Amino acid sequence: MTAINVVVNGKSYTREVEPRLLLVDFIRDTLSLTGTNIACDTSQCGACTIHLDGQAVKSCTVLAVQADGSTITTIEGLANGKLHPMQQAFWDQHGLQCGYCTPGMIMAAAKLVEDNPEITEAEIRHGLEGNLCRCTGYQNIIAAVAQAAKA
Amino acid sequence: MSQTLVGTSVKRKEDPRFIQGRGKYVANLQLPEMAYIAVKRSPYAHARIEAIDTRAAEAMAGVLAVFTGQELIDSGVGKLPCGWVVPGCKVPTRWPVVPIGDKVRHVGDSVAVVVATSPYIAEDAVEAIEVSYTPLAAVTDAKRAMQPGQPVLHDDIPNNLSYTWALGDRPTIEQALSASAHVIKLDLTNQRLIPNAMEPRAAVAQWNAATEEMTLWTTSQNPHPIRLLLSAFTLGIPEHKLRVISPDVGGGFGSKIFHYPEEIITPWVARKINRPVKWVASRSESFITDSHGRDHVTHAELGLDAEGHITALLVETWADHGAYLSTFAPLIPTAFYHCLLSGLYKIPLIYGITYATLTNTVPVDAYRGAGRPEAAYVVERLIDLAARELDLDPIAFRRHNFIQPEEFPYQTPVAMLYDSGDYNRLFDKAQELSSYSELVAAREAARAEGRLVGIGVSGCIEASGPAPSKIAGALGSAVGFWESSIVRVHPSGKVSVLTGSHTHGQGHETAFAQIVADQLGVPMEDIEVIHGDTAAIPFGMGTYGSRSMAVGGSAIVKSAEKVRKKMLKIAAHQLEAAEEDLAYDFNGGGVYVKGSPSQKKSFFDLSLGAYTAHNLPDGLEPGLEEQAFYDPANFTFPNSAHICQVEIDRATGEVSVQKYYAVDDVGNVINPMLVDGQIVGGIAQGIGQALWEYGAYDESGQLLSGTFMDYAMPRADVMPVIHTARTVTPSPHNPLGVKGAGEMGTIAATVAVAHAVMDALAPLGIRHLDMPFTAEKVWSAIQEAA
Repeated sequence: MTAINVVVNGKSYTREVEPRLLLVDFIRDTLSLTGTNIACDTSQCGACTIHLDGQAVKSCTVLAVQADGSTITTIEGLANGKLHPMQQAFWDQHGLQCGYCTPGMIMAAAKLVEDNPEITEAEIRHGLEGNLCRCTGYQNIIAAVAQAAKA
Repeated sequence: MSQTLVGTSVKRKEDPRFIQGRGKYVANLQLPEMAYIAVKRSPYAHARIEAIDTRAAEAMAGVLAVFTGQELIDSGVGKLPCGWVVPGCKVPTRWPVVPIGDKVRHVGDSVAVVVATSPYIAEDAVEAIEVSYTPLAAVTDAKRAMQPGQPVLHDDIPNNLSYTWALGDRPTIEQALSASAHVIKLDLTNQRLIPNAMEPRAAVAQWNAATEEMTLWTTSQNPHPIRLLLSAFTLGIPEHKLRVISPDVGGGFGSKIFHYPEEIITPWVARKINRPVKWVASRSESFITDSHGRDHVTHAELGLDAEGHITALLVETWADHGAYLSTFAPLIPTAFYHCLLSGLYKIPLIYGITYATLTNTVPVDAYRGAGRPEAAYVVERLIDLAARELDLDPIAFRRHNFIQPEEFPYQTPVAMLYDSGDYNRLFDKAQELSSYSELVAAREAARAEGRLVGIGVSGCIEASGPAPSKIAGALGSAVGFWESSIVRVHPSGKVSVLTGSHTHGQGHETAFAQIVADQLGVPMEDIEVIHGDTAAIPFGMGTYGSRSMAVGGSAIVKSAEKVRKKMLKIAAHQLEAAEEDLAYDFNGGGVYVKGSPSQKKSFFDLSLGAYTAHNLPDGLEPGLEEQAFYDPANFTFPNSAHICQVEIDRATGEVSVQKYYAVDDVGNVINPMLVDGQIVGGIAQGIGQALWEYGAYDESGQLLSGTFMDYAMPRADVMPVIHTARTVTPSPHNPLGVKGAGEMGTIAATVAVAHAVMDALAPLGIRHLDMPFTAEKVWSAIQEAA
């Protein structure tokens, strides 16, 4: 077991972890922040996307020990008193149905727009091709990201 | 009535929890002392289990127990039942865990169960279990499976033929075909698909040894039927001691209708070790254990007279059911398939037969559309080829054979009585929306430049909201197809709506609340929709077959009507007026004297009064809660006209969908935003089938597309912008006038894209390719044609 310290959603945690523990399992099981979902085991779906030191990262591709000393934001920490513009946009544009891909989609999209406020539709589609959604056909997700970019 | 929330795009009530990471999915449950299950699965498609050595696994630190199949059987666990048994159907034996001495019959079949203190340890222990197999030859092809000399999966099912199902009189149809001026013949496959809801299946079970009560949280589209099957057939815990909860479920698309082994194993282990236990599928497990969809091989013939009218249709299909019969498997390639073969058309004579075979593959059952997309694909491919071979515009040819508006209700020769529709108006709108003639002109110009541009048209029918229960029973169903609801008005005037439908993305919490808001004249925010808990909801049938609004919504309307009637009785008593002199206030709730609106009993007063019972009419029971069961008189028949344009890269064979237009008639619409969401999402899955998705097995029974790296799901960067519009012919037989909206997008899009690809390739002399139209397949066809 190895001790790690991470700041998640503004709160500092020190925990003993197995070296093989995936960051996503650390977030979900150790910290009980279950908003970050798991939908595959090959890093294809993006459901577990979080912000790790300012980057959008699939948290199944990172070991918890690698995150030692990092600052993490999960979907639970995105809103700041009121909904983040991306959360609001997903609600406004019906950008979700079953909601399972949504946390990862919102985290990936929030970072996309932060990096590129003038983002085009084609850039949104390309930027989200690592996040799978089975319900929406992506159309309203694209509309939501475009709305948030204008917000 | 007034207050017209119905028909408007109210934003979803369920979204705040999802967008903030507060969804209540089964895998999120954490209970004290929770233990974790992992399942040892067969790597072979067909093999006899000679021995299982669990010693190393049991010796591992953190492993609580390892169980093999015989232990479950010896404790009284039953075989998984089939819930739809057609005449003559041979149902193969399926145990939740295959016992030693028996055979595994598909890669992923359950062999042993580990329970440990962490999911990581459980996975380790699964690897430490040694299973000795004698591998056997496998069969993975529906048609080959019934030929002599092939491996037999189940000793009591010769030739792997579970049943044969036919509708119509073959000699009559063959005679009509031979007398026809033209006969279009086609052999096609409708490939195996893997549903891939984003949330993998999961189960959590908690046993109370003192009360002998079990609570099971499971990712189901229909918790009540699952409880019934667990009680009566598999687990054996009686219904009144078994609570099944399906909280937020992350998509289903049919795959979460069925009763799965892990749903039995998890509570069985929880009782055995007297601790809460959790099982969560990995995606790799989902691929080899969730029921698959489609997988038909078909020969079809369509006859036409000299004037281009359809004379007869013959359809012969080999349907792969996989290694066992999944819960509703026999419904799909029988009634849900052959009974839809009339499409939008007047076809006087139809004969269909299905040979349902068993193969060494994952069981096949309902996947979005379930039989109806397979039917639409057969009919529409033939119609499209007929138009092409007669050199007619595909839309003009369709119109020539449409059932006309004045012919509804229309009795098809394949049992269905279509409720309503206007297919000409539907196509008028689709042609207008797509600027069809301009599309055609643009295609001709592109072709003149040597580009491979194609236009695809589909005209599809669906039967949604399966019904009525009496007919379903006659066709082999073990369950009914009604729905229940309770509208409960609390003493403070707030409203809970309990429904037996289940929402796993559809938005029922919003749409059902819209209905009740209009029915009772109360604000949306005063209404909460509750579903998915057998302890809260009276028996319910769940959600599938695009049934929730037509059947579940109709039940809610009936409950709300009863609530209004009771409020009227109470108000009449308190206002000392005759009921016929009173009116219900749909804009705010309550009851007033006609012509004297100030003489009123408010919704709040009547609600509270019903519970204080201080001033109720003699003989009226206190309380304000009404239950209804709604058994639909018929299916509803949504219909659609979709038009799309594709272009094929001649150098690579890659197909891109450039334009997509969808006009759907789903009857009256409760929430246009939700309906469009269903249609567009469905179209994505339909495009997925046409272009990319394929559950491919090799001859040894290994699934070649068992991860998201190999199974090509539609992604944001390959989806076109989809333009939607509607025509409305209300269903005449339910109180809302609605038809189903959940599956038509998928049904129609597969066909439209297939036709566009074939249209693009037609100048090369290519008549038909089987889906998916991958770049490799299209490129090879182009090379061969050159």
